[in-house]
Amino acid sequence: MELTTIWFVLIAVLWIGYFCLEGFDYGVGMLLPVLGRDETPSGDDDGGTGHTGETRRRQMLSAIGPFWDGNEVWLLTAGGAIFAAFPHWYATLFSGFYLPLLLILVGLILRGIGLEYRGKVDSATWRARMDTMVVVGSFVPALLWGVAFTNIVSGVPIDADMEYVGGFWNLLNPAALLGGLTTLTLFLTHGALFVALKTDGQLRHDARALALRLGLAAAALAVLWLGLLHLRTGTPLSWTVAGVAALSLVGGLVLAARGREGWGFTGTFVAIGLATASLFLALFPDVMPSSLDPAWSLTATNASSSQKTLGIMTVVALVFTPVMLLYTAWSYWTFRKRISGHHIPTEVHHAAVEPQPTAPTGR
Amino acid sequence: MDALDLARWQFGITTVYHYFFVPITIGLSLLVAIMQTQWMRTRNTQWLRLTKFFGKLFTINFALGLVTGIVQEFQFGMNWSDYSRFVGDIFGAPLAIEALLAFFLESTFLGLWIFGWGRIPEKLHAACIWLVHIGTVLSAYFILAANSFMQNPVGYEINPDTGRAELTDFLAVLTNKVQLVTFPHVLTAAYMTGGAFVLTFALWHLWRRQTPSVDKPMYRKAARLGAVAVLIAGAGAAVTGDLQGKIMTEVQPMKMAAAEALYEDVPEGEGAPFSIITVGTLDGDEEVWAITVPKLLSYLATGSFEGAVEGIDHIQDRYELTYAGSELTAADDYRPVIPVTYWSFRLMIGLGLAAMAVAVAVLWRLRGKGEPDDETRMSHPLWAWVATAVVFMPLLANSFGWIFTEMGRQPWLVMGLMTTRTGVSPGTTTGEVLTSLSVFTLLYGALAVVEVKLLLRYGRAGAEQVPEDASYDPSDRDDDDAYVFTY
Repeated sequence: MELTTIWFVLIAVLWIGYFCLEGFDYGVGMLLPVLGRDETPSGDDDGGTGHTGETRRRQMLSAIGPFWDGNEVWLLTAGGAIFAAFPHWYATLFSGFYLPLLLILVGLILRGIGLEYRGKVDSATWRARMDTMVVVGSFVPALLWGVAFTNIVSGVPIDADMEYVGGFWNLLNPAALLGGLTTLTLFLTHGALFVALKTDGQLRHDARALALRLGLAAAALAVLWLGLLHLRTGTPLSWTVAGVAALSLVGGLVLAARGREGWGFTGTFVAIGLATASLFLALFPDVMPSSLDPAWSLTATNASSSQKTLGIMTVVALVFTPVMLLYTAWSYWTFRKRISGHHIPTEVHHAAVEPQPTAPTGR
Repeated sequence: MDALDLARWQFGITTVYHYFFVPITIGLSLLVAIMQTQWMRTRNTQWLRLTKFFGKLFTINFALGLVTGIVQEFQFGMNWSDYSRFVGDIFGAPLAIEALLAFFLESTFLGLWIFGWGRIPEKLHAACIWLVHIGTVLSAYFILAANSFMQNPVGYEINPDTGRAELTDFLAVLTNKVQLVTFPHVLTAAYMTGGAFVLTFALWHLWRRQTPSVDKPMYRKAARLGAVAVLIAGAGAAVTGDLQGKIMTEVQPMKMAAAEALYEDVPEGEGAPFSIITVGTLDGDEEVWAITVPKLLSYLATGSFEGAVEGIDHIQDRYELTYAGSELTAADDYRPVIPVTYWSFRLMIGLGLAAMAVAVAVLWRLRGKGEPDDETRMSHPLWAWVATAVVFMPLLANSFGWIFTEMGRQPWLVMGLMTTRTGVSPGTTTGEVLTSLSVFTLLYGALAVVEVKLLLRYGRAGAEQVPEDASYDPSDRDDDDAYVFTY
């Protein structure tokens, strides 16, 4: 296999990892006001132990707490790998999709700060403000990555000098917005199933019920969106993979409905991964096709780094990726237990409290 | 202001801001790891309390370093796409490796450390923070390798077919002589910053009457640890900085001349002086008044008090002859902004030395074993000022160091290969860059306020109490117990 092909595959793998993992973080973040409402339809949770919406929100956030930051690194690595392996792709994509990327960056900043700081001040107003930042900061990338990838796969105006010449509004075409809605609902479903898998009590049941409703919408949108994309640029292989993606989504939902949350989550995980894979299969050998003239398209060959760089990067990737996967897996294993309401400390004990001065002692 | 100026301002603002958190992250992760290891060794709960106290401050700081770091990686492509095309073959690899080797390590093990209290065996838990620290050091190595290529391009050739710089020797890029002195210099400066950070909070609690007197010996431990770190790291920063000066003279003579605002050549045997401070103009006219150390510049630049130092004017003439021919390297002016280089260089050194002086004073004041007058030793109001100021000394020294090295490289983006104006994204509009510059500046400003408030709040609260027989081994806990930490 050509080195450029290997790197095309590796970059596809990085995006798959990013969407499959960070996808549920975004979903959980967006569902905070829904699953973490103070007034839940089921009345008092956990058989009347008095767990409030705040406890539910803390259960949800603690479920992604140890992972979200590591999941985000998949994006950083994907960005760095595109820079290293396909500098022209990196340059065209990042300078061309300027404003969407700016919005994504702002979203990621708000979300990271919201997650990390919400428990740092013991005040309901403060927490509500931080939650809003988490919701907005999860919503923006969940929507815009779908928009961005639809545009990449269907082609955008790129001139003879590899420069994007389409402006901002051109990126918000109907197909791209459909793509954005699809990734949004897919991540919402994925996040709801993650909550169902990782928490206990009434929250778990509410999350599962919500996941089924969201999942139906996601499945409908995904079939429409993938069908539309693959009609334009599909190959038999990409069609097949997209078909399997749709099947695993539906299969996962059926199993989740029967109470098999683990299988349900696996279903959305595989569906998101294969849907992403199908996009890259439809894209290959282009990396950014030009809608103006196919001759101006960026391909895995004309956008790539030198053989020397690709060779070195291949060795580094093959040696260190397994190591990274091992300790990432260990981290997921360490925090494998479901989080119940009674696992959440009652006081916000890590918010700063002024100590009372004590009388001096002579030791 | 066109897109180029705005993109430069944006890079300056976002990078300087991001770098307020980086050295604290590097330095403090080491000190927290040492504190936790001390607790494991001695089971003295004072160390445990310090670990948790500074661990919290660490996470508050880390969050901002993390989110502002994403902007750094995206920025090359967004604002500097022609630069990315030209050097991506060399420059992209260290960035990708940094993410794969360092960022995953840092974030995964920090997650394990924050949420792992009481959920993973104690020894393994302590190992997590050490791994976070190793991650920060690896991250520094690779990103500095990329920056060193910009200061002194090595291991590449210009491919005439593609018109870009392409890699010939990756090992040369990773062992660039600029890199070999820059990495230890940056690392020691970061350890100074971490030490000063600990010093600030410890001194403040030693000074403060409201701090419970039983806690004073604990803060004394922390103050001494911080001061020792500042002192050892400061010595390292001085030595490596001196070596850096010699290398810089060799590969970027203009930067060294600009550091002293030296316009005229100083021939061999004469010994160029170094001015501590100059009042007047820095444009080569006679200064009004200055304090100078004879022959010191010659020593800094060449290692000999008699060494010849080339002046700005001469280098300018030489560069015009060498570089005027090509679009990528042509510039009207090969001189950086002299007042900026002159003052940032001095402020860097001065603030670093000031931090070391504070560390010496603290160690002297807190010498010996704990005596009954512990509580009153640091009660002079002056210590409150020192406590507040000390963290800013290395922090700002770091900023000025980067401002010096990056602005001193101008007009070059990659020394001798590409000027800054040719690296900017050609398709990006002024409006787009202005939008992102405004958004980031406003957002960063708001976040700075929040961060400082939180640090003050937690700093004031001090180290929380722990039971004397505190244990965090999972075997001592019930599955149904509340976790030690959750969001």
